[in-house]
Amino acid sequence: MMTFNRKDAAMPAARPSLAVEIAGLKLQNPVMPASGTFGYGGEYQPYLDLNRLGALVTKGLSLNPKAGNPTPRIAETTSGMLNAIGLQNVGVSDFIRSKTPLYRELTTPVIANFFGNTLEEYGEVARQLADIPEIAAVELNISCPNVKQGGIVFGTEPAAAAQVVALVRKALNKPLIVKLTPNVTDIAVIARAVEEAGADAISCINTLTGMAIDVKTRRPKIANRTGGLSGPAIRPVAVRMTHQVVQAVKIPVIGIGGIMCARDALEFLIVGAKAVQVGTANFIDPGVMMTIIDDLEQFLIDEGLTDINQVIGSLVG
Amino acid sequence: MKNYQTIILSNQEISPACFRMRILTPGFAAVAMPGQFVMVRPELGLPTMLRRPFGIFRVGCLPAECEGLPPREYMEILYKVVGEGTRILSELHQGDRVELLGPLGNGFDLGAPEKQKLLVGGGIGLVPLFMLGEALLAQGSRVRLLMGGRTRDDILALTEFERSGVETYVSTDDGSLGEEGLVTKVLERKLRKYPDAEVFACGPMPMLRAVADICTSLQASLQVSLEAHMACGVGACLGCVVKGVGHSEATPRYLCTCKAGPVFAAEALDWERATVANDGCGGECK
Repeated sequence: MMTFNRKDAAMPAARPSLAVEIAGLKLQNPVMPASGTFGYGGEYQPYLDLNRLGALVTKGLSLNPKAGNPTPRIAETTSGMLNAIGLQNVGVSDFIRSKTPLYRELTTPVIANFFGNTLEEYGEVARQLADIPEIAAVELNISCPNVKQGGIVFGTEPAAAAQVVALVRKALNKPLIVKLTPNVTDIAVIARAVEEAGADAISCINTLTGMAIDVKTRRPKIANRTGGLSGPAIRPVAVRMTHQVVQAVKIPVIGIGGIMCARDALEFLIVGAKAVQVGTANFIDPGVMMTIIDDLEQFLIDEGLTDINQVIGSLVG
Repeated sequence: MKNYQTIILSNQEISPACFRMRILTPGFAAVAMPGQFVMVRPELGLPTMLRRPFGIFRVGCLPAECEGLPPREYMEILYKVVGEGTRILSELHQGDRVELLGPLGNGFDLGAPEKQKLLVGGGIGLVPLFMLGEALLAQGSRVRLLMGGRTRDDILALTEFERSGVETYVSTDDGSLGEEGLVTKVLERKLRKYPDAEVFACGPMPMLRAVADICTSLQASLQVSLEAHMACGVGACLGCVVKGVGHSEATPRYLCTCKAGPVFAAEALDWERATVANDGCGGECK
């Protein structure tokens, strides 16, 4: 026998769908953490249900463990934060050994973010991740300097970006997401270069390079002098760049930059991002992604929509 | 630990630029351990955005009131206004909404009850020692608290510490309260008198270094509670790391102050290269 209550009566017949697909990867919703703001996932288990996320993106991995930068590593700035953590991580081998058992118990797909300081390092990490069944896809951080070529940042030169993407493309068969740095003259040029080199998707943007000074001591507020600016301060820049990249390429785009709530996430989706990553907001409220997912669903209900894909790329004018 | 959206019960200046904030936190007292901390921010967070870490001063419960209000559990932080985040907190009032994450971190190891305990607190570093003193007394330990500061204004909550039952010894750099001189001088004297005492310390980094030197030379066990710039408090941002013993570029041994700490056994840290809070943040943290 069917029973009715008031809640059922007030709800539409079916819940709207938040599911999206990126490079063959089926996500139950478009919300995932931004690499480096969510540890390896386990850190946040007391605060949210990892299985509710669209995907889980790991801390950036390198071939060898990386110590990271001296402290202070972080400083809050107006509506944002500067960080120069220095990509501290356990290294890909230890990651595979100690972190992947958790992922076996999750239904949420796990995206491993990684980086290198030489082409060879990128290739080697990619090969190590290639056969790990717990890793559904990889995200390539190309915002690192190439130590063998005068320290030029891979992601700031179309040719260098294409070279590293092509190399990683050959090394593994998993969906390949390339994360772009905003610290370039024209992000569309880089986006097209990595698309041609074989990227399956693009995520943008990484942090904007910034600097903050303690006026009393006249020292930089972080030991590394400069750091990456994140948080709501960069969101308009990030929405603009996501829009540019969406226009420039055919592959799906994941929007990142200062998302604090569902409304912010919707800005990226409306300009055409298929999914979003939430970063700094995790530090402020460890449960924020659950709120964003709930509020995205509520937005669809309020707007009389049935599918998040009706919102994606719906920019008017 | 729990993510609270709650209200301030009171927020008072107890010493120049030093505030005591009492926050409604149901279910907190049962789980909070001495030495743990919380992350707090006003619910309408702008113009500051990140939560700030504060050591837990004490927990308690307001009795039920005649209007039918149930007993209300609270926790208290003592904090010094050192920057924009703490300035905004200091301007909040009773009934204002705050977000609080906690209790976080590991807390102190209370050690063997029969061993005497020496607690050393410098300025705002006294904060986590209150619950520690209570817990040590409860397990039957003899507790002496050495309270240090630059002036008498830094000797926070003296009456409360005295009432809690710990023996207090006050020293100030300018002699405006208690003995004139550094708290570390008092420690050295006490430790020579009670050589098997276990030491617990919280305060500015130069004080902690001096305490560590004394404890090393007199072979006393030492736990220190550190403060650090912190964004998340749960081990994800890696902003609050301190160098552990054996640290090098090749064998990185960075420990998260939030997760591996804030309390560390002195021998776990690389005191040569420990850099946390050496910028004189002076306790935006605790």
